[in-house]
Amino acid sequence: MLKAGVIGLGKMGISHAAIVGAHPSVDFVAVCDVSSVVLDVFKKYTRVNTYSDYVKMIDKEELDFVVIATPTKFHYPVVKYALEKNIHVFCEKPFSLTSVEGTELAKIAKRKSLINQVGYHNNFVGTFRELKRLLGENVIGEIVHFTGEAYGPVVTKEKGGTWRSNPAEGGGCTSDYASHVVNLIQEVIGRPVKINGTLLKSIYSKGVDDAVYSLLTLDNDISGVLLVNWSDDTYRKMSTSLTIQGKMGKIFCDATEIRIFMKEDNQKEKLEKGWTTKYITEFALPVNFYLRGEEYSAQIDYFVDNVLNKKQGSYNTFEQGLHTNKVIEMILDNAKQN
Amino acid sequence: MQNKIKMDKILFGDNQFFAVNHISDEKSMAQSIKFKDDDAIIKTLDIARQAGINTFMCTTHDRIANICDIIRADPEKYKDFKMFPCMPYAHKYANAVTESGITGTLKQYVPGNFLGSLFKGGVAYLSKDYLSIMELLIDAEMKMFKGIDTPVIFLQNVLTDLLLGLGMIEVLGAFHSYVEKKYNAEAGFITMNMPKLLRELEKVGIENPIICSSINQAGFRMSGGKELYESVLKTRKLRAIAMQVLGGGAINPKQAIEYVCSLPNIESILFGASSKANITQTVGYINNFNKLYV
Repeated sequence: MLKAGVIGLGKMGISHAAIVGAHPSVDFVAVCDVSSVVLDVFKKYTRVNTYSDYVKMIDKEELDFVVIATPTKFHYPVVKYALEKNIHVFCEKPFSLTSVEGTELAKIAKRKSLINQVGYHNNFVGTFRELKRLLGENVIGEIVHFTGEAYGPVVTKEKGGTWRSNPAEGGGCTSDYASHVVNLIQEVIGRPVKINGTLLKSIYSKGVDDAVYSLLTLDNDISGVLLVNWSDDTYRKMSTSLTIQGKMGKIFCDATEIRIFMKEDNQKEKLEKGWTTKYITEFALPVNFYLRGEEYSAQIDYFVDNVLNKKQGSYNTFEQGLHTNKVIEMILDNAKQN
Repeated sequence: MQNKIKMDKILFGDNQFFAVNHISDEKSMAQSIKFKDDDAIIKTLDIARQAGINTFMCTTHDRIANICDIIRADPEKYKDFKMFPCMPYAHKYANAVTESGITGTLKQYVPGNFLGSLFKGGVAYLSKDYLSIMELLIDAEMKMFKGIDTPVIFLQNVLTDLLLGLGMIEVLGAFHSYVEKKYNAEAGFITMNMPKLLRELEKVGIENPIICSSINQAGFRMSGGKELYESVLKTRKLRAIAMQVLGGGAINPKQAIEYVCSLPNIESILFGASSKANITQTVGYINNFNKLYV
C-alpha cells in the first residue's frame, strides 16, 4: 500500500481525495487546507489526519505521494518541498505560475527520479486518445489546419473575488481554462512553438481575460487556431474540442464523440467515405471507481501504477506541463505586443 | 420503513430537458433549444404519461420548480403522478465553488442566517452541525415539490460517489434517515459505483437500498466491470434501478432493453427521450421483454 496525502481541498482537491481514497492500492492518510471548516468535516467523518500546514503534513506523515491541488501560485513552494522530501508528486494544472519556477521543479523531479504528473485530464479521455491514434495512422492525410476550442460558463457576471480573477496568481481564461486546450493540441497534434497573433477579451472580468483567440504554429509546421471563452452561458459545463482538417478528410473530436469525414474509404480503419460517428461508449478507459468522468480516475490510476512500478510514465509529465506553461506565456506576450 | 413503496417498472428521466447528453455535446445543444419553454417539457411528459409512465425522476434544477407549479395547478390530471427528486443539481454548486469557494457557496445556498452566525461564531461553534447544514440544504431543494407525491428522494451520483470515495458513509446514512423522518420518503442513491456503494451501505446498516446505476450491455459507466454488476444483481439484496440502459444512445435499443430485462433484481428502468416515437418504442420494448423474462 502506498501512503498518500492531498494538499488543497477545493473542487479538484476534494475530487482527487475521493478518487485516491477509493483506490485499492492506496492508504489515504492525510489532507491539508487553509479552510478550517473543510478540515473539520474531514476530521469528523473520515479517518484521515488533517493539517493546515503542508510542511508539517509532509514532515510527519512519511508519504509515498502527494496530490497538490492548491491555487496555482502555491504549486511552486509546495511541489518543491515535496520533491525535496523524496515524495512523488501529482500536481493540478496549470503546472506553475511561471515557466522559470516550472523549469526548476521539472529539473528537481528528474534529478531525483521522482514520479511526476500534471492533471491535464483530457489526455485520459478515450475519444482524444482515439483521435491521436487516428492521426498517427495518417487517416486524414497531410494536416492543413486545426481548431482547438473550449467554451463554458465559469465567469458569467461582473464580479471578481477569487484568485481566478487575479492575473498575478494565474487567473484569467488563458492561464486557467485555455491551458487545457493548449496542452491537448500539444499532446495530440504537435507542440506550439510560434504565436502569429492573439486577441484577449475581457467580457465580465476586470483585469483578466475571459476569452482568448490565437493563431499557433506547431513544431511540425502545422498551423491552426485556439478559441477559448469561459464566459459562454450556452454551455452547461466546459466543452473542449479539436477539429483537424487533412487533405484526405476531417475529424471533429470532443470528450463525448469523434466524427470522422473521409474523402475515400479507409479499409484498414473500416471507415467509409463520408461521415462516421463514434462515441465515448466505445473508448472510455475502464476504471474501478468513477467520479465525474473516467479521465479523473484514469489519470490517478496511471500515476499510482507508475509510483508502484517506480517508472515515470509518458503522459502528462512535469516537462509536458512546463511546455504548456511556456506556450501560455508566449500567447500572453504576443497579446501585449499587439 | 423497509420497502415502503413498490416503484413503477418504468421511470421517466429528465436529462433530455436540460441538455444533458452523455455521448454528444451537439445533441445536448439541440435539446436545449427544443426544451427552451416549459410547455415543451410538459408536452413530452404528457406523451410519457399516455404511454403509461407515471413517475418522473428529476433533478432539482430551477426549471423543475415551474413544472411542479403546473402539476400542482391540475390535481385531477396528475392524480397518480409521482416525482422522484434527485438532489442536488450539482452544476449549480460546482460552478459556485469554482467562483466563490466552498465557504462562499455555503453562504450563498444555505437558507436563512444560519450560516451567517455560523461563520461569525467560528468553527468550534459549528462543528457538530454539518448534518444540520445538510438537512437545511435538503429542505431548500425540496421546497419546490411541496404538495407533490415524492415517495423516493435521491442523492445525485456526483455527491453519492464523492462521499463514497471519501469514506463519509455516515453522511449517506444521515441522508437516508432524514428523508425518511422529514418527508416520509425512502432514500435512493444514484451512483456509478454500485457494487462498492452497496457494500458500504450495508456496513452502516442500510439494508436492501434503492440504488440507481448505469446498467447496460456495453458495460458503459459500470465501474469494476459488467460481470461484477451482474454478479451483485444475482446474489445480493438491493432494489436496483437501471439507467443509461441505451449506453447514451450508442447501443441498439431493442438489444439494450432485452439485456436489462433479462437481469434479475432490476425493480425499475429509468430512461429519458424527447420524441414520441422514441418514448413509445422504448416503453414497448420494456413491456414486451419484461413479460418474456418474468
